[in-house]
Amino acid sequence: MSTHKLFFAGSGGQGILLMGQMITYAAMLEDKSATFLPSYGPEMRGGTANCTVVVSDKPVSCPLIYEADAVVAMNLPSLLKFESRVKPGDAMLLNTSILDQRPTRTDINVCEVAVNEIAMELGNIRTANMVMLGAVVRTTGVVSQESIEKVMHKIFTGKKAELIGLNTKAFEYWKK
Amino acid sequence: MSEKVLMKGNEAFAEAAIRGGCRFYFGYPITPQSEIPEYMSRELPKRGGTFLQAESELGAINAAYGAGAAGGNVFISSSSPGIALMQEGVSFLCSAEVPVVMLNVSRGGPGIGGIQPGQADYYQVTRGGGNGDYRVPVFAPSSIQEGVDLIYEAPVLADEWRNPIMLLADGMLGQMMEPVVLPEQRPFAESADIRAKKPWALKGYGDSDKNKAVVKSLRMQPDDLEAHVEKLFAKYREAEKALVRWESEGLEDADVVFVAFGTVARLTKEAIEILASQGVKAGLIRPISLWPFPYQAFDEISPKTKVVISTELSMGQMIEDVKVGVNGRYPVELIHRTGGIVPTSLEVAEKAREILAKI
Amino acid sequence: MKPVFEYTKGMCRVDTNYCPGCTHGIALRLIMEVLDEMGRLGDTIAVAPIGCAVLAHQFMNVDGCEAAHGRAPAVASGIRRVHPDKTVLTYQGDGDLASIGMCEIMHAAARGEKFSTFFINNGIYGMTGGQMAPTTLIGQRSTTSQDGRTREQAGMPLKMCEILSGLDGTVYAERVALNSPAHVRAAKKAVRRAFELQDQRIGFTFVEFLSTCPTNWGLTPADAMKWVDEKVIPYYPLGVYKQPEEAK
Repeated sequence: MSTHKLFFAGSGGQGILLMGQMITYAAMLEDKSATFLPSYGPEMRGGTANCTVVVSDKPVSCPLIYEADAVVAMNLPSLLKFESRVKPGDAMLLNTSILDQRPTRTDINVCEVAVNEIAMELGNIRTANMVMLGAVVRTTGVVSQESIEKVMHKIFTGKKAELIGLNTKAFEYWKK
Repeated sequence: MSEKVLMKGNEAFAEAAIRGGCRFYFGYPITPQSEIPEYMSRELPKRGGTFLQAESELGAINAAYGAGAAGGNVFISSSSPGIALMQEGVSFLCSAEVPVVMLNVSRGGPGIGGIQPGQADYYQVTRGGGNGDYRVPVFAPSSIQEGVDLIYEAPVLADEWRNPIMLLADGMLGQMMEPVVLPEQRPFAESADIRAKKPWALKGYGDSDKNKAVVKSLRMQPDDLEAHVEKLFAKYREAEKALVRWESEGLEDADVVFVAFGTVARLTKEAIEILASQGVKAGLIRPISLWPFPYQAFDEISPKTKVVISTELSMGQMIEDVKVGVNGRYPVELIHRTGGIVPTSLEVAEKAREILAKI
Repeated sequence: MKPVFEYTKGMCRVDTNYCPGCTHGIALRLIMEVLDEMGRLGDTIAVAPIGCAVLAHQFMNVDGCEAAHGRAPAVASGIRRVHPDKTVLTYQGDGDLASIGMCEIMHAAARGEKFSTFFINNGIYGMTGGQMAPTTLIGQRSTTSQDGRTREQAGMPLKMCEILSGLDGTVYAERVALNSPAHVRAAKKAVRRAFELQDQRIGFTFVEFLSTCPTNWGLTPADAMKWVDEKVIPYYPLGVYKQPEEAK
């Protein structure tokens, strides 16, 4: 029996909530119990965004967490504010494309991901969050890569279907 | 059984209301429930229902009163200050015995307060802010699935009891997403159904002039009003027996028993696991109906229990009902946060140990 | 033998509770006569809110409900959604419609709600005992304007026909009086016109009745009728304020 607690933070427009939703969706496809809890506030473009995802083999009792197996920080305020939330020995994933600072803690694993550079190398900077999503899935094993790919086919439908190839490529960057 | 879908609480609640047969929705935007009027405006018209964005919460509750009095199955939603504005209408609905399903996705108060989750509407929904003697059955789901199931059932209960039924969620439940199984669509009532099943409803009496329907709450003669209120309370006494619902666990040998509803019950369950890992036995009473309150659940608490703790997102409102349920048998304490802050399970477990240490 | 007059089936056979000389009874009677003549009694739903209007359901022989103070237009909007095929009306006083219920009436009219509102403007709060209404005339005494209403203290009286006819959702607005046989006959025509236009489902229809309240005006019934001619009609001119283009 295992429970994964993940926390994603960044600014609005970085695809923070989408990352969390896709993992929650993938967990559902794997018949796991899952909750997705977004921060919410007055509607403001460019404001901060964060979300909490809990995935478990048993029913998730609490959607709110006090420590996470993995914290994703997509910008500096997120690093400063949420470094303390990583469970000792667990991971913090950093968007090093815009982050120069590093965590001060020494009891956590730091995973540096230059999401913008990788996304550009793959052809579109807008897939940066998929690059990070791939890193999260690979680091934590919260859901399988196949499930995420299934989710892409479910959520990118109609006109958005053309995004599947691009996003899958970004997500699968880590298979190499 | 239908397939699981991943939905945001507010949207799942709106969908459950439609599937439960609520054909009419009247609403006004307010955070954190605005996804509900948005969803209704998109979905109801294409499924044969009606959405109306009212001029205010007053407009919404009164349009609901009109549509309910006319025999329609009505769903309305708002959040704490909006529900406060609707209280006049709730009093009218109860007196005139008009069924309406209401959802309060509550936030912090008083005043405008904030938009983060709160449970400080406990008094408002269980005691009522409207005038006069009346009661409203209130159900507080702790998961999106439970909310969906309760909202789906609510129009049936509202019609059966001819009374508004209130659902109390909070901003967290409204905004979060969970996999959920949606029930089958219950058919919308057509005019013929209203005529057949709701003789009291406003619908025009047609060719017979024997059955003029009147929906009213004014009773100028004191004995007439007293008889009416006594009749309502005879109904409420039946509802107290029929509608009381709760869930409990670990009461037989608990050192500490928590009482918590809604999302707080979920984090309290995790606090109970933390306490168990530290050798403290804790149990939980989770009221699902807030009125009628499950006082009888407290009779199952073990004599060796040291303390009963009401855990709330308020300065302590439910605790008054907890004290009635405990009836002097155990000390009663409060663990709370307010203002929109939700404590973590760890915080609740630590505070519970502090309380235990003092006893 | 052929009857030359019959009591309308539209009114229930009960005594009204209106004061002597009050024209509520005439207004109600006109509305119900028209509904009876149109064969609509069994297909009409009426809403009457707090005020002297609130007991209307006891007198009108149609399905009806009470509404909270000012909220009748919202209630009728809800009823209309459930029963698109019925005739729906609200019957409201001036404190109710023009003060506490201003928001509801404005938005119902703006939405072009397909029901008819009958507005009793007697310039006073009757049921609560003669307080100043939003329609009380300048200089008119009431229990809350004991030396007469002043513009400085209470602003000017509201002209609802003029206000509502400025909204695109209103298709018909007419002001009538009830203080003479000729005015009563004209009022009945306005009521019929409102229902005929409601039948077309093209928008909101509104009839304002300049009414009397001898008890709270402190006048005899006969003087109250004269006062309508001398004081009320000059400030609230009678006439059609809005009607569909083809009718002009």
